[in-house]
Amino acid sequence: MSEGNGTRRIETPALARVEGEGAMHVRLRGEEVLGVELRIYEPPRFFEALLRGRALTEAPDITARICGICPVAYQTSACQAMEDALGIEVEGQLRTLRRLLYCGEWIQSHALHLYLLHAPDFLGFESGFAMAAEHGEVVERGLRAKKVGNRLIEAVGGRSVHPINVRVGGFHRAPERRALEELREELERCREEALATVRFTAGLEFPELERPYELVCLRPEEAADYPIDRGRIVSSAGIDVAAAEFGATFEEQQVPHSTALHARVRGRGAYLTGPLARFNLNRERLSPLAREAAEEAGIGAGCANPFRSIVVRAVEILYAFDEALRLIDAYERPKRPAVAWEPRAGVGHGVSEAPRGLLYHRYEIDDEGRIVSAWIVPPTSQNQRSIEEDLFEFVAAHAALPDDELRHRCEQTIRNYDPCISCSTHFLRLEVERG
Amino acid sequence: MNSGGRRLLIGLGNPLRGDDAAGLLVAREARRRGGDGVEVIELEGEPVDLIEAWQGAARAVLADAVASGAQAGAVHRLDAAAGPLPATLAGPSTHALGLAEAIELGRALGRLPGELVVYGIEGERFETGAEPSLAVRAAAAEVAAAALDELR
Repeated sequence: MSEGNGTRRIETPALARVEGEGAMHVRLRGEEVLGVELRIYEPPRFFEALLRGRALTEAPDITARICGICPVAYQTSACQAMEDALGIEVEGQLRTLRRLLYCGEWIQSHALHLYLLHAPDFLGFESGFAMAAEHGEVVERGLRAKKVGNRLIEAVGGRSVHPINVRVGGFHRAPERRALEELREELERCREEALATVRFTAGLEFPELERPYELVCLRPEEAADYPIDRGRIVSSAGIDVAAAEFGATFEEQQVPHSTALHARVRGRGAYLTGPLARFNLNRERLSPLAREAAEEAGIGAGCANPFRSIVVRAVEILYAFDEALRLIDAYERPKRPAVAWEPRAGVGHGVSEAPRGLLYHRYEIDDEGRIVSAWIVPPTSQNQRSIEEDLFEFVAAHAALPDDELRHRCEQTIRNYDPCISCSTHFLRLEVERG
Repeated sequence: MNSGGRRLLIGLGNPLRGDDAAGLLVAREARRRGGDGVEVIELEGEPVDLIEAWQGAARAVLADAVASGAQAGAVHRLDAAAGPLPATLAGPSTHALGLAEAIELGRALGRLPGELVVYGIEGERFETGAEPSLAVRAAAAEVAAAALDELR
């Protein structure tokens, strides 16, 4: 849009197809990028205050309400932080159930993003429902994947949104093996469809952008496990630390334009968490089928183009189906649904891989099991700097594009991250200002 | 209008964000009153899950909070089977796919209930940890009664 003073500015009232609300502002003089700011204005930190004085047992259910898409991530990181503080370990079939529950969340969250939010960007549609009119079969495939993901969460977690069966130490009730086996047929069907989806995404056209990210994700101590439910924190620049070292390794900074804190590696800078990081640092841990599909999709040797994250998500959906089936095969109903514990004072740390990246929780609890302090670092706030840096580079390389095209590509750049702005903190407004 | 098929009342919302709980309050009130053969569902998550939730329903009523600038507790009744929700009520949603979009997705796929009515209750506070306002509680009871009446 041209203004009288020679400034050009493009606005969209709310960036669609992201979870939560925020704004983006791009300033240009000629083809020089003056600045890029991702603005997030909902204050999320009320949850940390809300938790103080509550029983430690409430943390998994309260923090799950931060997000309707990744409640299992919040519940898992919260439980594991509390278990760390209490000095208990949740292993064997209980860990199997936790990982299986998490597979359900990966499937439904990735399916929503891939099929309904991100794919329209590559196919030139304004929205998922505009795409549905022409690509109904692709959208139906996405809805089926999402549904079976939800059913898996229901089978283990009691209901699909904000599961009620999760507790510190394990579960309230362990599901019958039969209840999980009933899902096999639909999981197998959707696994085949997921394979078709990897091929579908590989055939999309990707804008050129490769960035030297410091990739950060978890790496489980179990050598065969792709990172989902737990692990050590590792990076492409050599970080290899336990969850307890999160605060010593990363720092959060206030920035004036956002209510989400910006995270960075201490002494370095931005880092990237999420599917690209997990895949690049752990792809040898994928199931043979998922590895083969990644090879065929042309990302077998790694992937540094954030636009190709849609292919990586497709591979991760395929993996999650494979892994869920493997876990169901290995499942035997445990005698006890949870590990017993007694309250004690302490500090605990929990990490897990939410669909969009690393989710860290830290709690201090008193000797009666009440929460003294809570610290939650969601993936989107960790990725905020990388999102801005991607935007900066992308706009710098494509400043000659017409405003509408540039705005669309900027939105797509943000959606590469499947940002959960409601987790990190509300509406994404997008402004491009040309001076 | 009662010609077989599921009859559904679906309340949407978040119980930890003040007036955003409006739809859930409607569902709970409807359950207390008991609707003859009406299924009551509370949905806290992603509105896109509605497409599965109303599978096979001949008639459905949805209740949700809205923020259009009207007075708190004001009730909007919309016929979603007839056409898209008006833009003034379509937002805001903190979800990637809001209620209005989920309805349009269902329409595009030919998967809307034959009758679909949306009640929007105007909210005034949506802060984390807040209790629902008195105006919204009163409106929720009124909507529960009206919705059960429609589904009878």
